[in-house]
Amino acid sequence: MFPLVPNLISDELNLIVALVIGIAFGFILEQAGFSSSKKLAGVFYGYDFTVLRVFFTAGVTAMSGVIILGYLGWLDIDFVYINPTFLQAAILGGVIMGFGFIIGGYCPGTSITGMAIGKIDAMFFVGGGLIGVFAYAEMYPWFEGITNASALGNIRIFNSIGISQGLFALILIAVAVGAFMMTTMIEKKVNPEGPAKSFNTTHHRLAGVGILLVGIALLFLPDYKERLFNKISNEEFLRAHSVKEMTTDELAFRIIDKDPKLTIIDVRSQNEFAAMALPGSINIEQKQIFQKEFSEVLGQRHKKKVFVGNNENEERIAALIARELGYENIHVLCNGLPSFMSAIIRLQPVTNQCSFANISSENLQQHIINVDAQQAIDTERFRTKASITLAAMIKVAKNSMAKPTKLVKKVAGGC
Amino acid sequence: MKTTYMNPYLAGFLLGLTLLATIVITGRGLGASGAIKSAVVATVSTIAPTHAHESTFYSENLKSLHDNPLKAWLVFEVLGVIIGGFLSGVVSDRLNFVTERGPRITNSMRLGFALIGGLLFGMGAQFARGCTSGAALSGMAVLSTGGIITMMAIFGTGYAVAYFVRKLWI
Repeated sequence: MFPLVPNLISDELNLIVALVIGIAFGFILEQAGFSSSKKLAGVFYGYDFTVLRVFFTAGVTAMSGVIILGYLGWLDIDFVYINPTFLQAAILGGVIMGFGFIIGGYCPGTSITGMAIGKIDAMFFVGGGLIGVFAYAEMYPWFEGITNASALGNIRIFNSIGISQGLFALILIAVAVGAFMMTTMIEKKVNPEGPAKSFNTTHHRLAGVGILLVGIALLFLPDYKERLFNKISNEEFLRAHSVKEMTTDELAFRIIDKDPKLTIIDVRSQNEFAAMALPGSINIEQKQIFQKEFSEVLGQRHKKKVFVGNNENEERIAALIARELGYENIHVLCNGLPSFMSAIIRLQPVTNQCSFANISSENLQQHIINVDAQQAIDTERFRTKASITLAAMIKVAKNSMAKPTKLVKKVAGGC
Repeated sequence: MKTTYMNPYLAGFLLGLTLLATIVITGRGLGASGAIKSAVVATVSTIAPTHAHESTFYSENLKSLHDNPLKAWLVFEVLGVIIGGFLSGVVSDRLNFVTERGPRITNSMRLGFALIGGLLFGMGAQFARGCTSGAALSGMAVLSTGGIITMMAIFGTGYAVAYFVRKLWI
C-alpha cells in the first residue's frame, strides 16, 4: 500500500525523488505560463483566467486520484500528510498572501519559475519572500499566539461540513466546471485576444462533461477501509464467515500456562484497555488493525492470536478485517471479555458455548464434551484455581503496563 | 515576443498528476515557501548561531529539519523547480532578463511592489503553514479543511483588493 516513503524509500532517495518531482513541477508551471506575473494577475482582472484553470484542474485531478486510489486500497490516507488546521492562522495567512499575490503578481512557486527564466520582478519577489520569512521569524514571539490558536488537527473539509467525501468531491468538481464556463465567457468579453480564443469549444465541452461524470462516480467511492468495515460488520457477512473460537477456559489455561504461542489482541478502546486488560495482551483497536505498525504482531503465523473485546461481535469484526488483510491463525474469545472476567474472576457459572449462532462442527464437538458432568466439575475446579492466579497476574500486569506500540515514522509535510 | 503556452487544462491535468504522484510516493504534497523558510533558517543559524538557538522560531525549525535546513525535502524540490522552469524556458525559447509590469507603472515601481508582495507572501505563508502550493493546492488534493480555507482567503482577498490596485496591472 502506498505511500512508499515512511517504509520503503530511504530519506536519501527521497531527496532525489524531491528533485525529480520538482523538475516536473517547475517545467509544467513554466509551460502553463505561470512564470509571467502579468498572466497570473490576469485572473483578478478577467483578462486571463489561466491561474484558475490550471489550479482548479490540478486540484481536482489530484483529489480524484487520491479518492480513487483510496477506494482501491492502494493509498493509505492515514499515512498521507493532511495539512493541519489552525483556523485564525489559516484565514489571516490567506488574507496576507492574497495581498501579496495581487501586489506582487506572483506566489512563491511561480516566482521561482519566473526567476529561472530570467524575470527580474520574480527575483525581487523571491527576495521579498526571504525578507518576509525573516521578519516573521524575528517577530515570532508576537505572532506565536495567533499562529497556534484553535488547533483543530488534521481535519478534512467534508467532515468539517458534515457531508461524505464523495459528495464534497462532486460539488467541488461542479463548482470547477461552472467556474471554467463562466470565466471563459468573461475572458472572451474582457480580452477577445486572450487564451480562451484558441480553445476548441467541442473538446472543452466534452472534457467538462467527462470530469462531471468522474465527479458522479466519486460520489459512490468510499474509502477502502470504510468499505471493508461496512462489508464485514454486515450481519449476514458475519454469519456467513466463521472464525475459530477459543473458550473461556482454554484462554485462561493458556494465560496461566504462559503459552509462548499465544498472543492476545485486545480490540477495545485504549481507555478500556488501560482500565483493565489481560496479562500480556496487546491493544490494537479495531480501526488500527490496518496500520502497518501492527503487521509484525499480527503477521506471526505460528502464534495463536486471540482477539478479545467487549463482545463477540466486536471481536469477530476485528478478526475478519485481520483475515481480509491476509493475517492468519486468528481466533476470537467466546462471548467476549466481560463473560471471561465473570467466569474466571468472579466465578459465575458461564457456559463454554459460544453465543454466536454460527457454530462450526469442530466447535460443536467441543460443546458436547463440555456438557459432560465430570467435565463440569473439572471446569469448576480449574476456574477456582485460575481465578486466584489470574487475578494476581492481571494486577501485576497492570502495574507494568505500557502500550507496546512501536513508534511509527509519520510523513512530515508542510510548505 | 509572442509565446504560446500549454493549454491550461492540460497543464492543470499534468500538474495534478505530478501532485498525485508526489502524494503516492512520498505521502506529502508539493510546496515552495518551505524552501524559502529553510534558506532563511540556514542563513540565520550560520551567521548568528546564538540568536538562532535562543529564538523559538529558528530552534523549532532547526529541530524539525534535523539541524540541516538545506537537506530538506522542499529544498531539493525547489531546486528541481528551478531546473524544470529553466528547461521549459529553453524548450519554449523564453529565457530573457525582463521585468514584466502593467502599462501605467515604471520598472522600478514594479520591482518595489514585487518585493513588497514577496514579503507579504513570505509572512502569510508562515501563518498559514504553506503557500499556494503547499497549503492551497496540496490541501485541496487531500481535502484539508485548513488548506481549503487558506485557498479561499488568498483568492477572496485577491479579488477584494484587485480594484484598488488596478493601476499596477491594467
